[in-house]
Amino acid sequence: MKRLFLFLPLLIAIVLGIVLFAGIGKDPTKLESALIGKPVPAFSLKDLNNPEAELDESLLRGEVQLLNVWGTWCPACRDEHDDLMWLAQDKGISIVGLNYKDNRADALVWLERLGNPYSTTIYDPKGTLGFDLGVYGAPETFVIDASGVVRYRHVGVVNEKVWQETLLPAINDARGNG
Amino acid sequence: MRRLLFISLLAILSSVTTAEVADVYDFDTVAQEQRFQSLIETLRCPKCQNQNIADSNAPISKDMRAEVYRMMGEGAGDQEIRDALVARFGEFILYKPEVEKRTILLWATPAIAVFGGLLLVAIVVIRSRRGAAHVTALTPEEKARVEKILAENDRDTRA
Repeated sequence: MKRLFLFLPLLIAIVLGIVLFAGIGKDPTKLESALIGKPVPAFSLKDLNNPEAELDESLLRGEVQLLNVWGTWCPACRDEHDDLMWLAQDKGISIVGLNYKDNRADALVWLERLGNPYSTTIYDPKGTLGFDLGVYGAPETFVIDASGVVRYRHVGVVNEKVWQETLLPAINDARGNG
Repeated sequence: MRRLLFISLLAILSSVTTAEVADVYDFDTVAQEQRFQSLIETLRCPKCQNQNIADSNAPISKDMRAEVYRMMGEGAGDQEIRDALVARFGEFILYKPEVEKRTILLWATPAIAVFGGLLLVAIVVIRSRRGAAHVTALTPEEKARVEKILAENDRDTRA
């Protein structure tokens, strides 16, 4: 019995090791969204392409969609643009754009030059919807299910690897249960 | 002495940068301004990891300060403001996490550590006392045997 006590420090060290090691693989810059499992916040903003049209949260209901936050001021958004085009055209994914803290003229030139992967683009020059979504840096991409509930948030660029490993499984999951 | 000078210089410099970020807003009373300042000092910038939104120049910190200011203007309480920001950005932004089921271990760790230590000390003390008691207290039979052995030993050495 006394002998066993000698192994107590070893046991404590192993348990601590496991607990601390579990934290090492985590990327501290990727926070889980506080909105997972909650509906997209209510908003009323203009359509980027059509300044007359008002958009609200009903835009994000009806089917599983991606909501992609971007701006022409954001270099990483340029990096992921071709992959978004590929997703929209080859994979038939519906992507709603959120043009975040940008100006309309720049954004329209960008879409004309690089192609437009978005079914609709919400124009959010002040970043109010972005703020309510907890966006802290573009690009960010949300998976929204058919009832308008946030299912997943990806911070950073979307590329083929991200698509295969995280977004597609999240979309399939949202389609299965949504 | 030189080190002291360096530290005080550092303190002065850091307070200057803090003031630079925060003095954009107008307040009716000094108390309100102090409340604003202490609120933004307890909120962490989600973009920059370990900086509060009072010190950070990140655009998101600016937006968060504006929201704190706006909600204060509407008469919201500190807790209400914190909750509104946590609902958007998550628990991460609180430097001092709320006490709830999930964080109870976090809050209890110091107490657990202290009690664990005290328990260990108590066990060690009791054990050593018990050990000492064993050594001094001999039963009458044992005492007799010891005396006998000592007496024999004595005789042997004399012989």
